[in-house]
Amino acid sequence: MAESNFDTRIDYYPTHEHEGIKYRRGHVLPFGATMVPNGVNFSIYSSAAYSCTLVLFEKGAPQPYTEITFPEEFRIGNTYSMIVFDLDFETLEYGYRMDGPFEPEAGHRFDKTKILSDPYAKAIGGRDKWMDPPDWDNIYPHRSRLVFEDFDWETDMPLETPIEDLVVYEAHVRSFTKHDSSGVKNKGTFAGIREKIPYLLDLGINCLELMPIYEFDEYEHSKTNPETGEMLINYWGYSTLNFFAPKSGYAATGKYGMQVDELKTLIKELHKNGIEVLLDVVFNHTAEGDHRGPTISFKGIDNNTYYMLTPEGYYFNFSGTGNTLNCNHPVVRSMVLDCLRYWASEYHIDGFRFDLAAILGRAQDGSPLNNPPLLESLAYDPVLAKCKLIAEAWDAGGLYQVGSFPAYGRWAEWNGKYRDTLRRFLKGEEGLVGELSQRLQGSPDLYSTRGTAAGINFITCHDGFTLYDLFAYNEKHNEANGENNNDGNNDNFSWNCGWEGETDDAGINTLRHRQIKNALTILMVSQGIPMILMGDEMGRTKYGNNNTYCHDNDLNWLNWDLTEKNADLYYFARHIINFRRNHPVLRNKDHFRNSDYKGTGYPDISFHGTQAWNADWSGSSRVLAIMLDGGHAKNGFTTDDTVYIAINMHWEALPFELPHLPEGKSWHVSVNTDMPSPYDFHKLNSEPVMENQYSCILGPRSVVILLGK
Amino acid sequence: MQIDINTENSILIITLKGSIDSKTASEVQQKVLEASVESDNVIIDLTKVDFVSSAGLRVLLMVYRQIKSKNGKVILVGVSEEITEVMEMTGFINFFEIIDTVTNALSSF
Repeated sequence: MAESNFDTRIDYYPTHEHEGIKYRRGHVLPFGATMVPNGVNFSIYSSAAYSCTLVLFEKGAPQPYTEITFPEEFRIGNTYSMIVFDLDFETLEYGYRMDGPFEPEAGHRFDKTKILSDPYAKAIGGRDKWMDPPDWDNIYPHRSRLVFEDFDWETDMPLETPIEDLVVYEAHVRSFTKHDSSGVKNKGTFAGIREKIPYLLDLGINCLELMPIYEFDEYEHSKTNPETGEMLINYWGYSTLNFFAPKSGYAATGKYGMQVDELKTLIKELHKNGIEVLLDVVFNHTAEGDHRGPTISFKGIDNNTYYMLTPEGYYFNFSGTGNTLNCNHPVVRSMVLDCLRYWASEYHIDGFRFDLAAILGRAQDGSPLNNPPLLESLAYDPVLAKCKLIAEAWDAGGLYQVGSFPAYGRWAEWNGKYRDTLRRFLKGEEGLVGELSQRLQGSPDLYSTRGTAAGINFITCHDGFTLYDLFAYNEKHNEANGENNNDGNNDNFSWNCGWEGETDDAGINTLRHRQIKNALTILMVSQGIPMILMGDEMGRTKYGNNNTYCHDNDLNWLNWDLTEKNADLYYFARHIINFRRNHPVLRNKDHFRNSDYKGTGYPDISFHGTQAWNADWSGSSRVLAIMLDGGHAKNGFTTDDTVYIAINMHWEALPFELPHLPEGKSWHVSVNTDMPSPYDFHKLNSEPVMENQYSCILGPRSVVILLGK
Repeated sequence: MQIDINTENSILIITLKGSIDSKTASEVQQKVLEASVESDNVIIDLTKVDFVSSAGLRVLLMVYRQIKSKNGKVILVGVSEEITEVMEMTGFINFFEIIDTVTNALSSF
C-alpha cells in the first residue's frame, strides 16, 4: 500500500532528457549527492557562477560520459539542484563545472575548464589505495562519489563518557600498524587498528584520537629528498581535500570503495570495548593552496565564499599552508556544521579536536572575533550536544588563546601551557613550582570558571618530540625533512640527559627511562584530561626529528618490538594509566576549593614539600608534593583512597616528611620511579604498607605516589 | 550473473556465479526472494562468485533479513577467503551464518 503510494509521487519520474540520461528538477537540501528512489539528487551552491554543469563519469574513465548543464529554472537563489535517474550508485563519479568570472581582485577564480569536486561528496576517488601512482594527466583527479549510508549500527551509540574520565591516545592510522612488527594482517588501515583493540584495552586508554582521516592527497607537495633519495609526502594528512569523505587509502577495502563501512565497523568495535573515538579535524585550510595552488573544489566553486582573501584578492595565510578557510562566512559555517553533524550522526564520532582552532574565531577579514558565530553554533548545536569539542587554541598567524578560547561552557582545549611547564620542570628548571601546582590542579589559573575538564593535558603530541626524544635530544634533528633542519619548532624544552641521541651509557639510559616514567606519572595524576602520544608508552623514538609530517617510513611507523625492548616503560605506562582510571580522586570536574567542605578533617587538596604542610614555593625549589583527600573525590561526590604525590626534580635525593593520616589508615606505596623495574610500581590493590609512616626518601629526579588507606 | 535454483529436502539451494555488484544485485535480490516463497530455508552458494561489491553485500544482507523475518534460515556457503575478509573488515560477517560446503549446510537444517 505504502509502496504504491510512493510510486505515484510525480518527482519519481523524469521531465528532461540529455543524451539518453533522464533528469528533473531536484531538491535544494540536503547539499551534495543523495540517493533517492530511482536516482540521485544533486545540489550545490555558488554565489557568483553564471551557470553550473553536472559532469558524470563511469568510475575510472578518462572522459565523462555526459555533462548536463542545469537549466536556469533548476536554480533557486544561489543553488543548483537536479535529480538524475537510473545512475549506478556504485560506479558513478561526478563533478561540476562552474562558469563565472575570473577576477582575482574581486575574489573570483572561476575556470570552466576545470571539473570540480563536490564540497559535500561523501567519498572521493583518485587516491583509492595509499600511494598508488596517480595518472598525472587525469582531467579530474579527485572525483566525487556516492556512498551507502545504511550501516547497521545495531544498538551502538556514542559513548558519552564524562570528559574528565577519558585517557586519550593520539594516533595516526597508518603509523599505528604499518610497521611489520605490528603483526596485523591489514597493516596501516582502519581494519589494522581493529586488530589492535586488545592492545589498547591492555594499555588502559579509553579514547582514541585519530590524526586526520578526511580524504587528503598524500602526493600533495611531494618531493624527493636530495640527500637520501627518499620520497617526502603529505604523510600526516593535515590538508583536506574534502570534509565529508574518509581517507580511502586508510581502508584495506578502499580499493573496493568500502572505506565507509570499514571505518564504521572500526568505530562500532571500539565503542563495544568502551573506547571513544575523537577525530582531529582540519577546518582551517584546504589542499588548494594559494593563488599558485591547484583548483580542486572550493576555489572554482566559490572562491570568495570559501576563503579569507586580502583586499587584493590573494589568500590570507593564518594556517601557514597557503590559504585560510573562511569559517565565519555564514555559508562556510553551515558547511562545517553539516559536516560535524554528519560525522556525529553517521559515524557515531564521540568528539572532535580542531586543528589550529583559533582560526575558527577569526572574522572574514582575519581579525579575532569576540563572539565567533561558528564556535557558538557548534557549542549550542543539538546534534553535537554530547560531542567533545576540543580546540588547538592557537594558529599560525600568532593568535594564542590557551585559557581564553571562546568556550560557551562547552569547548575544551589543548593545554599548551601544561606541555611547556611540564617539560621545563622535568628538565630541571627552577622557579616553576607555583606553575606546576596550577598544572597539577587542572590549571585553575587558566580555566577559573571552566573547570578542570577545559584542559587537555599533554606533554607530547604528533607535533614535536616524542617523550623518549624529549629526554634524548637537546636539539631537533630534522635533516631528513629536506629543509636543512630549518623546519620544526626550536623551543622544545628538552634535555638529552647527558648525551645527544642514542648511547650505550647505562646511567643515561636509566635516567631517560626514569624521566619518561616521571612524565607519565605527573600527566596521569594531574586534574584535567590526559593525552598520550602513540608509542610514548613504549619509548618510541623519531631520532630527534620533531616534525615528521612527510615520512612514510620508520620515522613514523610504530615499532611494536619496543614493547619488549622497553618492557619496563610499557608495564609502567599501563600501570599508571590504570591507576588514574581506578582513582576518582584524580578526576574532578570542578576545581579544588582548598577547603574541607566534606568535614573529613583534611582539605580536598593540600600542598607539601620536604616538610609536610609546608611546600617550598621559592625560586630555587624543584620539589612539590600534593595530597588529595579521598573524602573529596570527584568533587566530593564519591570517596577514594587519599593520594599523596611527591615530585623531586632536584639532582639529589631528598627526604620528604609525610602528612599524618587519620587513625586506622596508613601509607602504602604505589609508585616510586627511582626504583628499578619491576619495583617501580605495585599492582593496584596490592600496594605494600610503608615501614616508615613518617617520611620517605625521594631519589634524584623521581616521583613517588603513596596511598592512604 | 548466473543464478541456478534447486531444491533438496525442501531446502532451496541458490547457486550464484559471477560478480554480485550494483549491476547484478537487483536481479539476485528479486530471484532469491521470489524463490524463497517456496521455502524459508535457503542456502546461497557463493563458491563460484569471484567478487561481492558494496552493493552486493547489501543485497545479501537484505535477502538474509527478509527471509529471517519469516522465521526462515539462510546459510552462505563457499565464501572465498577474499570475500570473507572483506566481509570481516566491513562488519557484514557478523550478520551471516557461513558454512563451508553445501553438504554441511544441508545437514545443519
